[in-house]
Amino acid sequence: MTDTAIAPAGPDQRAAFRAATFGDVLRSEWTKLRSVRSTFWALTMTVVLGVGLGAAISAAAAHGYAKSSASSKLSWDPTALSLDGIGIATLAIAVLGVLCISSEYSSGMIRASLIAVPKRGRMLAAKSLVFAAVTLVVGEVTSFTAFFVGQALISGHAPRAALGDPGVARAVVGAGLALTALAVLSVAAGALLRHPAAAIACMIAVLFVLPAIAQALPDSWRNPVTEYWPTQAGGQLASVHHAANTLQPWPGFGVMCLFVAIVYAIAWTLLDRRDA
Amino acid sequence: MIEARDLVKRYGSIVAVDDLSFSIRPGLVTGFLGPNGAGKTTTMRMILGLDAPTQGSVTVGGRSYRDLPAPMREVGALLDARALHGGRRAYDHLLCLARSNGIARRRVDEVLRIVGLEGVARRRAKGFSLGMSQRLGIASALLGDPAVLIFDEPVNGLDPDGIHWVRTLMRALAAEGRTVLVSSHLMSEMAVTADHLLVLGKGRLIADTSVDELVRSSSRQSVHVRSPQAAELAARCREAGAAVAAGTDPDVIEINGVDSAEVGKLAAAHGIVLFELIPVRASLEEAFMELTRDSVEYQAAGAIR
Repeated sequence: MTDTAIAPAGPDQRAAFRAATFGDVLRSEWTKLRSVRSTFWALTMTVVLGVGLGAAISAAAAHGYAKSSASSKLSWDPTALSLDGIGIATLAIAVLGVLCISSEYSSGMIRASLIAVPKRGRMLAAKSLVFAAVTLVVGEVTSFTAFFVGQALISGHAPRAALGDPGVARAVVGAGLALTALAVLSVAAGALLRHPAAAIACMIAVLFVLPAIAQALPDSWRNPVTEYWPTQAGGQLASVHHAANTLQPWPGFGVMCLFVAIVYAIAWTLLDRRDA
Repeated sequence: MIEARDLVKRYGSIVAVDDLSFSIRPGLVTGFLGPNGAGKTTTMRMILGLDAPTQGSVTVGGRSYRDLPAPMREVGALLDARALHGGRRAYDHLLCLARSNGIARRRVDEVLRIVGLEGVARRRAKGFSLGMSQRLGIASALLGDPAVLIFDEPVNGLDPDGIHWVRTLMRALAAEGRTVLVSSHLMSEMAVTADHLLVLGKGRLIADTSVDELVRSSSRQSVHVRSPQAAELAARCREAGAAVAAGTDPDVIEINGVDSAEVGKLAAAHGIVLFELIPVRASLEEAFMELTRDSVEYQAAGAIR
């Protein structure tokens, strides 16, 4: 308690310091992400839900295959079945993405963060990039594992897919990419809305509620909504069979990325202008 | 060196900071003093680039905070000790901040030792007492070994030992030639910590003065006398032009308008016996109350009916 020597030398003799770089901020954001327990649990949930639900859905569908109708045998899509769990696992990524910035607002940590990094765009970019990279790794691990586990369960009961089949490798990789785009969207939503509950509710609305409401609309309304709704459009990258009123895989993913870019730009602008 | 020019901050129709200009010099502890709601925190937030001024500007070392190339190396700040992620370990909290400015890991251990938290470095911050959080906040301000330090109410929640430690730390930081700005709404705290005072009231600068000057300029200087002939002394003093107030004790009077030497001479000239003759300087607390009387945001009514 009596040790009040702050530095070996007075401020005049302080070692020359270098300017803070974007790399420094990246390392800081990585440290932030890995040093809270919610990160570990949310990522574990992503893998467990993605693989586990995919396995359950694949196994159930494969056992029903023999008794199913001829038309449903025609649209049999073993890749989509094995990746089905990722749709729910998405929620874990969305919540974690929202929390990694909005929890800073609710705790007040954002003030310490912005005092350390007053160039706010740099902080948001580093946060998004770190979380996107982590999601990409976890997302690809989840989708590849879900695919192989799902195909193993389908095998012997129904026709299975292989990575070499047309469009399959793209769909499996695409599931991870779509998850990554969503990760950036949720960080942007968290920065925009600042309240964890509001931002999570908003993400659930975008992901699940609004697409469900669209199903109740008349065809003339429903079709363009299902075609262009960002998360639906982005999801096309992860499907092998092209259904009616949906975009092609890459254009669909492009729509999703455009939407993410717009929300991100708004979040960036407001973050810079608003008092923290 | 912190310099503010014509600083104004409005939130809608509320004026939080009203045309503030000051400069804060290195090598001194500058106390930022004012009642609650005077605009101290808002001003600090503007210095640190968290809030944008409605008008005017504020610079640190000649530059706006957002333009500092390595902010934590130049300015260390503690605004709100509770403002951190409770699930993060103390060590990791400091490491996140250190990394963002390229500060080495060993400096984290160093500042934890300086504030006496090395024993709880691995504990999660939500289990910390307010006093421990304050120490952690001070540690984060010291990370970059900065030339300018800004502390908002740093002694809040500290025990007497902790308060003494913070005072010593502030003085040591200033003695090393750093610029130290400390806010408080407690005059008594500033009296023992600060060299220079910036007194705020309702967002305006009421005084920019040294602690000694503030007391000297206060109008409340009186002489406390205990005497068995108090009534006679009171009469003599009134003749000499002083104001005399009597208390409940008939032997005690408070004399205003003449100094203690004069009272002593008067007593000797008239053969009055004195038991006590005490010059009473206004305490800093009173000087402060007098200054800010018109600018207290929420004032209690004089009497309760």
